[in-house]
Amino acid sequence: MNNRSHTPFIRTVKISERSSKDTLKIRIAAFVLALAAGGIFMLLLGYNPFELYGTIISGAFRSKMAFQATVKFMIPLLMSSLGVAMAFKMRFWNIGAEGQIIVGAVCASYFALFHNNWPHFLLLIVMFAAGAIGGGLWGLIPAYFKSKYDTNETLFTLMLNYIALHIITYLRDGPWKDPDSSGFPKIARFAANAQIDKVFGVHFGWIIALILVIIVFIYLKYTKHGYEISVVGESKSTAKYAGMDVKRVILRTMILSGGICGITGMIQAAGSDMTLASSVAGGVGFTAIIVSWLAYLNPFGILLVSFLFSILDKGSSVMQSAYGLSTYFASVLQGIILFFILGCEFFIRYKFVLTKKGGK
Amino acid sequence: MKTNDYYAIELKGITKSFGKVIANEDINLEIKYGEILALLGENGSGKTTLMNILSGIYYADEGTIFIDGKEVSITNPHEAIDLGIGMIHQHFKLVEVFSSMDNIVLGTKGKYVKSSALKEEVLNMSNKFGLEIVPDKKIYDMSVSEKQTVEIMKVLYRGAKILILDEPTSVLTPQEIEKLFIILRKMKEQGNAIIIITHKLHEVLAISDRVAILRKGKVVDTVNTKESNEKQLTELMVGRPINLKISRPETKKRKTVLKVVDLSVANEDGTIGLNNINFKLKSGEILGVAGVAGSGQRELCETIAGLMDAKTGAVLYNKENIIGKTPDEIINLGISMSFVPEDRLGMGLVGSMDMVDNMLLKSYKKNKGAIIDKKPSRKLAEELIDKLSITTPGVETPVRMLSGGNVQKVLLGREIESEPNVLITAYPVRGLDINSSYIIYDLLNEQKKKNVAILFIGEDLDVLLELSDRIMVLCHGELMGIVDAKKTTKEEIGLMMAGRKMEGVDSDE
Amino acid sequence: MFIKFLIAAVFAGTPLLFGTVGEIMNEKAGHLNLGVEGMMAMGACAGFMAGFFSNNIYIALLAAFLAGMLGALIYAVLTITFMANQNVTGLTLTIFGVGISNFVGEFMLVNSASSSLKLPEQITAQISNINIPGASTIPVLGPLLFQYNIFVYLGVVIAIICGIYYSRTKTGLNVRAIGENPGTADAAGIKVTKLKYINVLIGGGICGIGGAYCSMIINGGVWMNNPVNGQGWISVALVIFATWRPLRAILGSFIFGAFNILKYYFPKTIITIPNAFYDMLPFVITALVLVVTSIRKSKENSQPASCGVNYFREER
Repeated sequence: MNNRSHTPFIRTVKISERSSKDTLKIRIAAFVLALAAGGIFMLLLGYNPFELYGTIISGAFRSKMAFQATVKFMIPLLMSSLGVAMAFKMRFWNIGAEGQIIVGAVCASYFALFHNNWPHFLLLIVMFAAGAIGGGLWGLIPAYFKSKYDTNETLFTLMLNYIALHIITYLRDGPWKDPDSSGFPKIARFAANAQIDKVFGVHFGWIIALILVIIVFIYLKYTKHGYEISVVGESKSTAKYAGMDVKRVILRTMILSGGICGITGMIQAAGSDMTLASSVAGGVGFTAIIVSWLAYLNPFGILLVSFLFSILDKGSSVMQSAYGLSTYFASVLQGIILFFILGCEFFIRYKFVLTKKGGK
Repeated sequence: MKTNDYYAIELKGITKSFGKVIANEDINLEIKYGEILALLGENGSGKTTLMNILSGIYYADEGTIFIDGKEVSITNPHEAIDLGIGMIHQHFKLVEVFSSMDNIVLGTKGKYVKSSALKEEVLNMSNKFGLEIVPDKKIYDMSVSEKQTVEIMKVLYRGAKILILDEPTSVLTPQEIEKLFIILRKMKEQGNAIIIITHKLHEVLAISDRVAILRKGKVVDTVNTKESNEKQLTELMVGRPINLKISRPETKKRKTVLKVVDLSVANEDGTIGLNNINFKLKSGEILGVAGVAGSGQRELCETIAGLMDAKTGAVLYNKENIIGKTPDEIINLGISMSFVPEDRLGMGLVGSMDMVDNMLLKSYKKNKGAIIDKKPSRKLAEELIDKLSITTPGVETPVRMLSGGNVQKVLLGREIESEPNVLITAYPVRGLDINSSYIIYDLLNEQKKKNVAILFIGEDLDVLLELSDRIMVLCHGELMGIVDAKKTTKEEIGLMMAGRKMEGVDSDE
Repeated sequence: MFIKFLIAAVFAGTPLLFGTVGEIMNEKAGHLNLGVEGMMAMGACAGFMAGFFSNNIYIALLAAFLAGMLGALIYAVLTITFMANQNVTGLTLTIFGVGISNFVGEFMLVNSASSSLKLPEQITAQISNINIPGASTIPVLGPLLFQYNIFVYLGVVIAIICGIYYSRTKTGLNVRAIGENPGTADAAGIKVTKLKYINVLIGGGICGIGGAYCSMIINGGVWMNNPVNGQGWISVALVIFATWRPLRAILGSFIFGAFNILKYYFPKTIITIPNAFYDMLPFVITALVLVVTSIRKSKENSQPASCGVNYFREER
């Protein structure tokens, strides 16, 4: 005992309040450190990190087409991040964006596949609505059980992702199978009439995404509904006490959260894939959780973070052609960078103190 | 005896701060074996922090600790236990889904003991100290005093020689307190050193040998209990002579505003929340509610406020039954409820939000449209800061950052500003220092004089006796009786809290 | 036919068993680790590569265990010491783990002489089914109990040890206390941080072995990308199905394994159900279990109370 008391040890101490300037400094430092860590990984593989980072940047911006592709990467990520941010604001851990995207896409695809003779804009509007409703309903299921029985939503929404995924494989292998695909299970390509038009070379999903940024921002910050979401998120008992219908708030918010993700699915199917593929969500729903968390649920922050993510995604896709590095390089790099940012968040709220004997 | 050569504990120059707040400053304190030391101080004076340092939860910034004359460094609870220090926390540290014996052996050294052998061991030990314990019972099935018994047992099982009890009496009836004191005296006779944290003077005088008085994080004095009295201790604790009398203004023209008839409420898990409650609340009176924690106080508040459904019975507000109305409608009728829970922020205020947003909580629905108008609530927040002299950097500081007293002023201030006819307030002085508490009592009396009907749910019997006009006592969700606060005694209320029904006693007319 | 089905179910359920027991160890210590898929992927890659080069099953198992542990270590440092958000960290670990597994796999493939990576003969023999003379030839029971490969037995043994650990040892009791209420455990003198690390790390290691099963057994000894392919996520689900009990995880894994292969065995003559519904079944059932347990509000059969919340001793 006495021996131990003389050895210094490290303690974690909470910091009362950091100024926003310090917080920003730490975040920037975290980002730089994260890039450095990614650089070390590149060095270990025998590449020059500056060259590789340069390639990533130029890969994302080098041409009009490259930039358009970057934006195309960003649209689903941005939109679904906005969706989950609404749920997260309410401390409802919706990790089911993936499933909500899929169900939205499925519902929209129904009209794209079987009513493609409708007038173009009517069809798109109906598909849009179908996507929103589909995603919304898929979000409503866990919300219903959460509000009624307090069912764990993290795990429930996770299950719903896989159920949704298998709905697509069912449709692909069975009722919606493309008869012209000579036995290969896939769903037919949407008719041109059911495809989203392009504006400045990218399907107009980007306009919808930007509008959503503003709408979600206003909704969360300035409306009664947004206020209710914050209060419910902070404390359900306080919300009830203030006369809020907590169940309704949860249901409503999850319809919106899922709805936005559903729209994402519709836009992804009709704007990018031009068909209903099982990869319509393709992990975006999971990345969205990370994006909205990194952005502190601020819609404009989400815009920035999802843009950075898509630069990384798009830029890394040229790694293969340029350096023969597999496409998985991007996820590894993403992982390393995120680990560092996650770790650095700690220093905004805490610090380590080396304490010697007697506390001095 | 060898142990008499040294102090059990000696603290020298202990200092601990949290951010900018200095919780303990240059504290010197010592205690011998076979002695009960009372640590007296107001809420927020740093008693718990100091004891948490001893038990290894916090680590002091400066200072040294000697146990049995040897300098030690307690960096975690594990080391504290090894040194024979056992702490019984105010908020029990028990695992709800474990049985009492699993909680007792938790973290102890040695091999796993078969449950049958362990059961016997626990029973033997409990007999030795006169504790009543059911080894197999799960914590979530226990009453507060049963939980406390498990906590004490836990400490004894670890062979603690130095016991620290943090506000052990705040949840007990007077009779249970007496029982606890008997156990403590027994332990003292067996040579243990005992530190008891409290802010209740008569308990200090009843149990302790010496008293150390803390004020604003410093030890202001240490006195022998025998040579002291309530007046001296109060002055030391507060720092100036103070009249501890709470006024009870007389009001006229009282008429029944709220009538509760045969009210029964079931909890979510099916247990009885309230069972067949009947009482009247009149304008211009303070009706106190006494009872051991968890006797139905929360259920009563929440049912009247529309947060819980009643199984049977009615709550008549000016002859209109409000059961079945939404919380919203009830707020609009002029019934205000403010409940200060144990964490002090859980209900009524949103900690991360600023004062402006908190003012909005009950009124945001009033303005039309989807967008929120914050101007009126900003004005209200500024008025409140002025009127109640709330100390805050500004209306945009999250209320979580304010001190306890200021938080409660914000809460009660908002409720009073809505000009209610019925004011239900539960534990409004929870965790406050004496000064702040008296400001709250004055606020309540002011409302009483304005003919507001007040239902006051309190913890401290002394306060209830002085502030209320009548006191109703709850036990296991049942009404034990309603007594005239001027005529009753603490003992009578204590017996009622423990479940003795006063048939036909209702001082109402 | 039915016996064959049961045996196939055991084989299909084994990777899930590792993943589930590993995740139970995480959650018992209060850490909801959504990185199971990633840790399994890391184990899959390390196990396969170690086996490929060493031609020795024990080295392969050790490598898989250590790789899973490495993934868990990243998670543990971030969530236990740096108190980062558990959900986000776990998801990141999955992205990273799957990414690095496939990255290394492709890297080796590109730099190898042949067009595919296939496990050498000796280790293939080591991981093939074990025939116990005498026992394996007993009718019905022989094939049902004594003809599996080393992984299956290892998985069952680990689950049983784990079950005993939590229900019959003091350390196990202490870990459960941490998962329920770390503040209480800490005050009782339990070394919270240390035990959390130990449990999360060993749990990660066990997940890693499950990954190795995927890459070495399921894929027939040939390296393929995405060897784990969602089994990690099913394991997270299975934890709920097993109500956080390692022994129930054994049964649960084999039941889920049965769901996985049901489509190959269900007599098509009776009724034809699309394959997708069979694949969906485990998730639907888990969702139902989740709902039923929440309706019943059973305190014992639910997630450890502190799961997802990080612990800081000096929190005020």
